[in-house]
Amino acid sequence: MSTGILPAERLDALIGELWAAGYTVIGPVREGGALLYDEVRGSEDLPVGLVDRQEGGRYFLEPSGDGRFFGHTVAATPWKRFLDPPRRRLWRAERRNGQLHFLVETEEEVRFAFLGVRACDLHGIRIRSAVAEAGPEPDEALLDRRRSALMVAVQCTRAGGTCFCADLGTGPAVDLPADLVLTELLEDGPHRFLAESRTEAGAKILQRLSLGPAGEVDRAAAARAVAATRRTLAERSPRLEREGLRELLYRQLESPLWDEVAGRCLSCANCTLVCPTCFCSAVEDVTDLEGARLERWHRADSCFTAEFSQIHGGPVRASTRARYRQWLVHKLAYWSDQFGEPGCVGCGRCITWCPVGIDLTEVVRDLRRREAEESGERER
Amino acid sequence: MREVPRRYRVAARREEFPGTTTLDLQPVEPSPAADFAPGRFAMLGTFAGEVPISLAGVESYPTLRHTVRAVGGASAALAELGEGEELWLRGPFGRGWPVDDLVRGPVVIVAGGLGLAPLRPLLLALEARGVALSLFYGMRRPEEMLYRQEVVGWAARFPVHLSADRADPGWSGTVGVITRPLAQAPIPAEAGVALCGPEVMMRLAARLLVERGLDPGRIYLSMERNMHCATGHCGHCQWGPWFVCRDGPVFRYAEVAPWLDLREV
Ligand SMILES: Cc1cc2nc3c(=O)[nH]c(=O)nc-3n(C[C@H](O)[C@H](O)[C@H](O)COP(=O)(O)OP(=O)(O)OC[C@H]3O[C@@H](n4cnc5c(N)ncnc54)[C@H](O)[C@@H]3O)c2cc1C
Ligand code: SF4
Ligand code: SF4
Ligand code: FES
Repeated sequence: MSTGILPAERLDALIGELWAAGYTVIGPVREGGALLYDEVRGSEDLPVGLVDRQEGGRYFLEPSGDGRFFGHTVAATPWKRFLDPPRRRLWRAERRNGQLHFLVETEEEVRFAFLGVRACDLHGIRIRSAVAEAGPEPDEALLDRRRSALMVAVQCTRAGGTCFCADLGTGPAVDLPADLVLTELLEDGPHRFLAESRTEAGAKILQRLSLGPAGEVDRAAAARAVAATRRTLAERSPRLEREGLRELLYRQLESPLWDEVAGRCLSCANCTLVCPTCFCSAVEDVTDLEGARLERWHRADSCFTAEFSQIHGGPVRASTRARYRQWLVHKLAYWSDQFGEPGCVGCGRCITWCPVGIDLTEVVRDLRRREAEESGERER
Repeated sequence: MREVPRRYRVAARREEFPGTTTLDLQPVEPSPAADFAPGRFAMLGTFAGEVPISLAGVESYPTLRHTVRAVGGASAALAELGEGEELWLRGPFGRGWPVDDLVRGPVVIVAGGLGLAPLRPLLLALEARGVALSLFYGMRRPEEMLYRQEVVGWAARFPVHLSADRADPGWSGTVGVITRPLAQAPIPAEAGVALCGPEVMMRLAARLLVERGLDPGRIYLSMERNMHCATGHCGHCQWGPWFVCRDGPVFRYAEVAPWLDLREV
């Protein structure tokens, strides 16, 4: 729609416009040793001059040596905690003279502006919303929050240590219709952002900022920055080969490899907490002592717990082997049957935040390699 | 999920045997017509919890019949509800029995324990449409027979094979698993089948019937999984690529056979 140049020192003006337009601005902020998404009042809240180092089971922040606001990649927790709050009350009930009375919960309306959404996370939000949309009774509360949110995406000018968006076609360039897309530039000019609006709402914000025009040099610098990220990703690609992935997993459901992974997995559920698409939740009823009042709560849940699959007689998935297999195969195969695409966007969070550094892409590569070896042996 | 459930009142209750009760539920407030087809289920709730319970019949809509076995807190509270007491209901949910396929008849119905509850409205619907039926019904003990009076009536009209895991000498059915009479009784090869009961029973019965020449595409079974939302959003009921609450609980054996053989999926 429209493009302009936002000087780095005017980032505050953009944040101010978002607040002025009625949005609660959420962006990356430093919280102890990690970056999280939380309220951002001004550019000083952003992790300026910091980069994140991510590896299997390891995460730390380092000075970047430059003044970049978005030199890091994805923050530890995904955006889902704003769109799908981990705890919310759905309704209340009262029992009076043997009669039940119900009270619908009216939700406080919050419009979020997400500042610094990466390409993969935009896909994550899209995939999470598709789950909410599916079925006979869509999750309208989540869809309302998504519809009213404004996305200010940032293109990755550096690849994170554990991510593999290129393998899944979710990044590093922002290809979804975000409202605004920013590319942070240091080369060929002062510290600035190439700012592009892709919706009416985004265009209005840019208009109010009355930005200077973007030149060929700026566009070329932005394209080069994203291309560099793409190259880094390509060098270590494919971490996750999509070809035949679903079929591979369905053939290998009884592989001994699941036992080996289960030997390391702590069933801690970290991977499900940090994953942008994991949607499992529980319904919990809380009653008062007299048993006259009841509150129905919706809360985040994880397929790694024993109660998750409980039926009379015990859990369906009693072993860690079964739970890890459920998680991975759901992400990369069942999801394709359920929603027409994998449930992974390659953000790498589950790898970074797994305390023992289990890497799902490595599990898949091992399955593939062993299957190839076995069929090779059979042919000999 | 955001919507509040609907109020129902126990219009009548009957104890089938200790711990298992059949409830006739009447809406307290007028509610929109809903499709309570055989094989679908509802989430029934009290202050002790909310659990999935199959529709066991619609004798006179909008009154709904459900049979509940007390196995834990929530189900016990339902089974103990007295006449006139209130509870809530969400639903109906899920895909029920494919009556239109089965009505081409003949139909073999195989029930294990409480599994007879969701099969009852199917059986009644098929009988009303003149379908040739036979019922195989296995229970732990003869005292744990659901709908005893009705079963006696059915036995007078079509073949009914009863089997109990343990029984006294007075028992006229067989002793042991229901798959034994299922292996021996005459069954037409063109029959359609509806199965509901413990997973092992369904797996063995389906396999046996396919070996006897029946079409796996016309064998249907009803699955049980943990359920919270019943709308395909909480993830609890997942079984392989399916959400049991939304894609089931009734599945076609031909589509799910390999998954029935896998443990802990
Ligand atoms: C589609 C469907 C239809 C059913 N129809 C009937 C029926 O007609 N009559 C009947 O008596 N029972 C039926 N059940 C089983 C019934 O839902 C369980 O017996 C009941 O949930 C047990 O809950 P509880 O709290 O009493 O027991 P507990 O064992 O104390 O349960 C603890 C927790 O596990 C969950 N849970 C335990 N068992 C099951 C289960 N089997 N299915 C789902 N969640 C479970 C409960 O939701 C609860 O959160 C059906 C189950 C399903 C999935
Ligand atoms: S599975 Fe892992 S890499 Fe894929 S989207 Fe979830 S957290 Fe990111
Ligand atoms: S894979 Fe890692 S993060 Fe996930 S449950 Fe196992 S130990 Fe925890
Ligand atoms: S019960 Fe929640 S997804 Fe099926």
